[in-house]
Amino acid sequence: MTAQSEKAAAAVGGRAAVPDWVRRAATLNELWTFVILVALVLFFTIAAPGKFFTTYDITQIAVNAAIYLVLGVGMTFVIITAGIDLSIGSVLVLAAVAAGEYNIHHGGATSGWGTVAFCVVIALAVGTAWGALQGAVVATGKVPPLIVTLGGLGAALGIAELATGGQDPAGAASTHLQNSLGFGKVLGIPWMVILAAVVTAVFGAVLGGTRFGEHTLAIGSNPTAVRRAGIPVGRQLVKVYGLMGLLAGLGAVMWLASYGTTSIAGHSTDNLKVITAVVLGGTSLFGGRGSVLGTVIGVFIPAVLTTGLIVIGVQQYWQDVAVGVVLVVAVYIDQLRRKTRERA
Amino acid sequence: MASAREPLLTAHGVVKRFGHVQALSGADFTAYPGEVVALIGDNGAGKSTLVNVLSGVLAPDAGEVRLDGAPVRFSGPMDAQRHGVETVYQDLSLAPDLDAAANLYLGREIVRGGLLGRIGVLDRPAMRREAVKAFAELGVELKDVTAAVTTLSGGQRQSVAVARAVAFAHKVIFMDEPTAALGVVQRARVLETVRRVADQGICVVLISHNMPEVLSVADRVEVLRLGRRVASYTAADTTIEELVGAMTGSLDEPNRTGEAEGAR
Repeated sequence: MTAQSEKAAAAVGGRAAVPDWVRRAATLNELWTFVILVALVLFFTIAAPGKFFTTYDITQIAVNAAIYLVLGVGMTFVIITAGIDLSIGSVLVLAAVAAGEYNIHHGGATSGWGTVAFCVVIALAVGTAWGALQGAVVATGKVPPLIVTLGGLGAALGIAELATGGQDPAGAASTHLQNSLGFGKVLGIPWMVILAAVVTAVFGAVLGGTRFGEHTLAIGSNPTAVRRAGIPVGRQLVKVYGLMGLLAGLGAVMWLASYGTTSIAGHSTDNLKVITAVVLGGTSLFGGRGSVLGTVIGVFIPAVLTTGLIVIGVQQYWQDVAVGVVLVVAVYIDQLRRKTRERA
Repeated sequence: MASAREPLLTAHGVVKRFGHVQALSGADFTAYPGEVVALIGDNGAGKSTLVNVLSGVLAPDAGEVRLDGAPVRFSGPMDAQRHGVETVYQDLSLAPDLDAAANLYLGREIVRGGLLGRIGVLDRPAMRREAVKAFAELGVELKDVTAAVTTLSGGQRQSVAVARAVAFAHKVIFMDEPTAALGVVQRARVLETVRRVADQGICVVLISHNMPEVLSVADRVEVLRLGRRVASYTAADTTIEELVGAMTGSLDEPNRTGEAEGAR
């Protein structure tokens, strides 16, 4: 009976002869972003035959994108709650400095595996703690997330600079870490990419298929309803911002592994890059809607643009112009769609 | 179920102050299982405050609330829900971006068995199946329980909110102006649904401004004025004029049926 009525409903609901799944797919944000990504790849492949679509470029694009992808996964959760986290670059630096300082005092570049493991724990713990703290302040509802994390951005960077005197310390990463996670490969795939892919897959599943993900989406959609349903909204926000911090800590480990230094001054625009990727991927800044898959696509659009423009010999700075324009258009469309849906 | 004359939910002498404003000054309320009781009153009569007290949102300053004859003091709406008392809010309290099934189970999600369930992995097929069943029981036709609630019509959204309450309430459902935002056809549908819910033995407390609607769907009507119950009627034996008179105080008549134990 159920199947019958569903079929009947589909027949009534489908306006013309357009199959149900086509209409449904067309409304998915990810699909449109994915079309743009494919179009870009095709364009560069045709514009620079044999040069763009090589294993080296693909691998390089993926490695460059790995850290942003990890940060983007956390940011997806945050933005879905109708929040924002501007502090991620600073938290990454703080976690890297905390881990780096420990490493320097326990063998420096030649430190052993035990130290490496402890450094990883430190980086993850510092990031999680900082994120959870920001989440706790956001959860009070007294200070908007924009301001909480803007304060966090300044404070975390300040502490990192105080601890190091503002200079990147030498010997922040063990060669063990660099040779494994940093440059190591399995079957030709860099560990960095594998790690980012695992993180993405796991938290994509968490968002789409678990109570944690469901509550995150619901809070962004209607926090009052969630509160009335007996879900502790504050605790969920602490967890979401804590997750963002955890992934910023993981980003710190990946950064140390790749570059061997803390790069204190090098992360001031991480937040903007990551937020751009998440929004390009169809996650709504107004909360309630979004997906990790979209963020993956959103991370790769700027990455493909940068590499592609270099390959075809155009100044790569056009990438910034293009992404900026696309970002504004993406939010404009999201806003329009929201309005029309509400009117319906 | 208790016999029809055994009150399910009673309030006695409930007082609630907000600063200098006394919203409830010794309000009484009685509701029986399986009936639709309308709670009416002019703006500021204390309807919302009384409902908030009865549904656990507010703690009364004085007075007593009894559920099934036993005194209760809800620590919050969740506590009330655990006692089988649900509320359908006027704004519906739905997450518009989630689908109907997810809204039905928001905060009470069905998870998979075993380890997956332990880490909170949802059993979406089960939630959807149960949602279809729940809507069917209410006579509500939803084309697609997987469509975001924001894409549904006003009446359908209302039905989702009602279904959510019905799925978990086994005693009382409060409905705050459930038809205020609806068209004629949808209004009739929701009222039909209300009737059906009451026929399942649940008490439905309807807060409404719409007198014809009240008379058509309710079994009894309780009237609040200035923070007190001023009258209690059997819907079949009263008229709009009488209700309006009681609401505005132009018709100062004591409790008609005389069943109110709080009459003073």
